[in-house]
Amino acid sequence: MTTVEEIVGSLESGTTIGIGGWGSRRKPMALVRAICRSALENLTIISYGGPDVGLLCAAGKVRRLVAPFVTLDSVPLEPHFRAARQRGAIELTEYDEGMFMFGLLAAAHRLPFLPTRAGLGSDVMRVNPDLRTVRSPYGAAGQEGEELVAVPALTMDVALVHMDRADTRGNGQYLGPDPYLDDLFAKAATRCYVSCERLVDPGKLDGPPQSLLIGRMHVAGVVETPGGGHFTDCGPDLGRDEAFQRHYAASAADPEAWAAFAERFLSGDEAAYREAVRRWHDERGQEGTR
Amino acid sequence: MSTTGADRGATRAGTARTGAGDSDAGPAGATRAEICVVACAEAWRGDGEILAAAMGTCSILGARLARLTFEPGLLTTDGGALLTAEPVPIGAPAGPAEGWMPFRDHLWLVQNGRRHVMMGASQIDRYGNTNISAIGAWERPASQLLGVRGAPGNTICNPTSYWIPRHSTRVFVPEVDTASGVGTDRAARLGPRASRFHDLRRVVTDLGVFDFRAPDGSMRLVSLHPGVDAGEVAAATGFAIHGLAEPAEPAGPAEPGTGGEVPRTRMPTGEELRLIREVLDPGGLRDREVRA
Repeated sequence: MTTVEEIVGSLESGTTIGIGGWGSRRKPMALVRAICRSALENLTIISYGGPDVGLLCAAGKVRRLVAPFVTLDSVPLEPHFRAARQRGAIELTEYDEGMFMFGLLAAAHRLPFLPTRAGLGSDVMRVNPDLRTVRSPYGAAGQEGEELVAVPALTMDVALVHMDRADTRGNGQYLGPDPYLDDLFAKAATRCYVSCERLVDPGKLDGPPQSLLIGRMHVAGVVETPGGGHFTDCGPDLGRDEAFQRHYAASAADPEAWAAFAERFLSGDEAAYREAVRRWHDERGQEGTR
Repeated sequence: MSTTGADRGATRAGTARTGAGDSDAGPAGATRAEICVVACAEAWRGDGEILAAAMGTCSILGARLARLTFEPGLLTTDGGALLTAEPVPIGAPAGPAEGWMPFRDHLWLVQNGRRHVMMGASQIDRYGNTNISAIGAWERPASQLLGVRGAPGNTICNPTSYWIPRHSTRVFVPEVDTASGVGTDRAARLGPRASRFHDLRRVVTDLGVFDFRAPDGSMRLVSLHPGVDAGEVAAATGFAIHGLAEPAEPAGPAEPGTGGEVPRTRMPTGEELRLIREVLDPGGLRDREVRA
């Protein structure tokens, strides 16, 4: 058990950080917001990208991004990611989403690469000139083996994932319909930090055993962050805060609106963020998110 | 396992000439969006028990309509991680599930191959190369889009079709800026082994249906939607579509383009219209994607 500030304080500029979740789904947003408040810079981010990437781009933390896409799901395009790319502010290593998974699988299993057809013939090969192909040693009689893309291992210094539940030893549990690739991020990283909606004692992770996604052997620290996935989808406890995401996306598309958004929601700590979001919902006459 | 094999091997063409007085024409009053839904559905005809992966309203409706009618073996999702026991209305809760398909399994299924995907495209060229990544130079795009997402793997591993709600020269370009999805020319350059699972099926737009069966693997007219004329399509396309300018060109028996008249996308049947309007899309989401 640790704190968000301790976790972020253990990171160094220039480090490579993998972020779990998928698009605008179960992202470790409390940790991402803390990185945005920190002095860290020149980060390499590995992510099935969503608002995690957007916020980090907006805060100028990203030197290089490794991703197959960046999206808010119900809002197709991520405004901050778009702006960063269009300004030439970040380097991008763009992979097919299946290639990306093989890169995680390779890293999780200490392999230098894994082969796949995905990527062959596409411009992924052109825009990543370091990508290599590999020829299968198992050609049929009289035939050369098949040529495949050798996806390099997506090794990372640190992985950040957000779980629905975790215990104080660091075991992580998901309760929604999709584990995404979070266990692979945990295994691909030198050290993994888990934030969770609710922290429980060991032995108190209720639910089917196959929901116990991340084992404590892969976890360096765990922190309870209620609403720490906001505004991304953390079902079944908390669906995506669509109204707030729309407000985020609209603000992000306009520099003046973004300055106001950042001042209102991102200038304080996580508790201040949650309070600001609650007030925003109250003002709109809607039920607060939590 | 299939208990519904009777539809296998049925005609794939899904087109019919609907000249004046054609008794096969469906009921009058079908909207363009409904014609598009049926044209999308036809992309999965004959596919049997595979995952129909759909993106875009008319494409999603088409997959579920095909499953409800002529292709009952298809598997369809709730738009998330669940394979639904029955096709559900668009946007509705999944109801009972018959399977679980979280993203990792979906990505594995792409590699496995029992899947026919219908994607969108921000740009498509005459060989079916498509771009969903970035407009302009990739290194510093004028407009950054989604990213290549699954397009490279989809196109090299699975049968792939496209649904493009607004046929225009912005989308139908001479050359895509970034090739996210692999077209027939790039697949040919990879050689027959590397490209043996590459299989571009068809492109459905708000104006017509196209495939890549021109002799050089380029885009060919399959059918124009009722009420669309060839000049309208030509003006909305940044390259020449095979068979569009010369509809009389013989292309063999039972192929579109024969008979000297423009092949027409078939009209929805009465039952298809009922399923679209009353079951799958009672809220009329299709009309927001394709305006009447």
